Amino acid sequence: MRIYVPCDAAALATGADKVAAAIVAEAGRRGVEAQIVRNGSRGMFWLEPLVEIVTPQGRTGFGPMTVADVPGLFDAPGQHPKAVGLVEEIPFFAKQQRLTFARCGVIDPLDLGDYIAYGGYAGLAQAIKLGPAGICAEVKDSGLRGRGGAGFPTGIKWETVRTAQADQKYVVCNADEGDSGTFADRLMMEGDPFSLVEGMTIAGIATGATRGYVYIRSEYPHSIRTMNKAIARARQAKLLGANVMESSHDFDMEVFVGAGAYVCGEETALLDSLEGKRGQVRAKPPLPALVGLFGKPTVINNAISLLTIPVILEKGAKYYAEFGMGRSRGTMPVQIAGNVKRGGLFEAAFGITLGEIINDIAGGTASGRPVRAVQAGGPLGAYFPPSLFDTEYDYEAFTKRNGLIGHGGLVVFDDSVDMAKMARFAMEFCAHESCGKCTPCRIGSTRGVEVIDKIIAGIEPEKNLSLVEDLCETMKLGSLCALGGFTPYPVMSAITHFPEDFQKPAMPLAAE
Amino acid sequence: MNNDFKPELVEAIIDANLGLERPLLPVLHAIQEEFGFISEDAMRLVANRLNITRAEVYGVVSFYHDYRTKPAGRHVLKLCRAEACQSMGSEANAAALLTRLGLDWGGTTEDGRLTVEPVYCLGLCACAPSAMLDGELHGRLDAAGLEFLAQEAA
Ligand SMILES: Cc1cc2nc3c(=O)[nH]c(=O)nc-3n(C[C@H](O)[C@H](O)[C@H](O)COP(=O)(O)O)c2cc1C
Ligand code: SF4
Ligand code: FES
Repeated sequence: MRIYVPCDAAALATGADKVAAAIVAEAGRRGVEAQIVRNGSRGMFWLEPLVEIVTPQGRTGFGPMTVADVPGLFDAPGQHPKAVGLVEEIPFFAKQQRLTFARCGVIDPLDLGDYIAYGGYAGLAQAIKLGPAGICAEVKDSGLRGRGGAGFPTGIKWETVRTAQADQKYVVCNADEGDSGTFADRLMMEGDPFSLVEGMTIAGIATGATRGYVYIRSEYPHSIRTMNKAIARARQAKLLGANVMESSHDFDMEVFVGAGAYVCGEETALLDSLEGKRGQVRAKPPLPALVGLFGKPTVINNAISLLTIPVILEKGAKYYAEFGMGRSRGTMPVQIAGNVKRGGLFEAAFGITLGEIINDIAGGTASGRPVRAVQAGGPLGAYFPPSLFDTEYDYEAFTKRNGLIGHGGLVVFDDSVDMAKMARFAMEFCAHESCGKCTPCRIGSTRGVEVIDKIIAGIEPEKNLSLVEDLCETMKLGSLCALGGFTPYPVMSAITHFPEDFQKPAMPLAAE
Repeated sequence: MNNDFKPELVEAIIDANLGLERPLLPVLHAIQEEFGFISEDAMRLVANRLNITRAEVYGVVSFYHDYRTKPAGRHVLKLCRAEACQSMGSEANAAALLTRLGLDWGGTTEDGRLTVEPVYCLGLCACAPSAMLDGELHGRLDAAGLEFLAQEAA
């Protein structure tokens, strides 16, 4: 019997290790030979821990599993109360277009043989054939835009670094993934880490960079461990180091662990942090592509941008660009989180609507109450009411509605949410995480919390609302980066779309 | 965890990281891992050995939320306070726990058993609310689950 039990952090957080141990014990008791593989997660988190048993028809799933559910796996699996059928036929999974996440949850994350058997390192082989200029052209043609938030074309960034002259260049992977509601980087680092190693190696060859860093947030201990192991194994297999894959190119990389600062996800703050300093945002220009880590030309990309590169080179730019709409090409790993019935990672071509994702795919709220608001794009993203659920998943369509896709997170709230509190939280978060360089961000956000507190207490709501609006304008105009500059989005969208939550009668401060 | 300052241990940590391009953050991580916090003495030694000013070390330690300059309790419980966890009621659960323990965020129980700290997202946002106890992750933590976890940390 071959049984898969995920080792992804979300599976572990919901008891996967105990389930795995129980399976081993039960198999031993029954004298059944069971081979346990610890795979990554398929990203269907409402089913985690999702145990899969290999059958002639395919892998059949059981979830969410508890220790008490284990003996039943050995009795009559077909009648098991947690049986969910063939995993790849579950609608949430079957409706996806998995290009970037094709291997995630399927393979043993640290088995290089498995990785290669599922198409791994075909992209690097192609990259070596194409050479630096050829790779940059291919990435440009794919239409890939940065998945970290700003949506900047990846190929253009690489070309800038490629043509820069320097004795040393760097590739930096931004795996700081601080946005609430996002876990795509984490899922891949734990479920398919070699794809990031391969993607960074290709970036190195394309730009002439020989050293790479993966900046992983400290909140991701499992990702850190898995990436370190994957890097060591790749090095052992001569897929990192001198003459990568017997080519004339050298590339090696290491993990760098963050220290709990949201602003270090901003690329220049991240570089300062890597240099051992406080993570403060640098003014641009100069661009990191020209003056980056230690003052050298540096490619800095989000983890998903980088680990999507191998599949683009393997299948071709044209193939990738055929997915999507408008100027948003390819697929986006949408992450559905919060108060949601079926939360998880849904990779789909751009163009799907917000409503389809929230209502059809995710099945509405976990609480069973009506959906009231969805925050798209993390703590700096706007709140969308259901009346805007026809918005298509596309960079430009979101911008038109004063929102942003960001890193692809969606956080769902039911009708018990108090949007004045959420607006307050946005300001509070900004105050907590501000790097301190700009007054509107550092002081304005603290002031914002105070003013929203007055509104919540029913003190002169009209006057204080217009004060918040002024504050937001000042923050937008006077902030160096998007932390101060975009905090107005969640605040103003809450006020605009949910005005009733800001018009409460005066009441004592202590009341809920 | 060992709360006493042992210069030879700090020295060993620094030596182990000297090969890195910029060792400061990795050194601070390792010191906190070893001692549970970063003491004045440790900062002084790090500044000396890495040839940077004490102000620089202090500036870095105070900038990052991870670093503690006071000892923590024997167990550290980090509760997620970010939006996805809020949507599943994390704030009310946390408030109830803190009230029962008589703590504010970042506080340690009088018996030195438990420190409760905020964290902003653990990447478990589809299994909210979530928490980390001594480095172990926990998801789908309702009020009862959280209370159980806090009591388990004995
Ligand atoms: C406050 C702030 C936080 C950010 N956090 C992240 C992050 O966690 N991960 C990320 O990839 N990009 C983050 N970004 C965006 C980065 O600055 C940058 O645009 C990105 O790393 C570029 O990579 P890409 O082109 O592949 O998206 C953040 C930006 C800001 C202003
Ligand atoms: S907007 Fe805020 S976080 Fe960004 S640079 Fe200014 S002070 Fe720092
Ligand atoms: S918001 Fe709590 S784990 Fe992401």
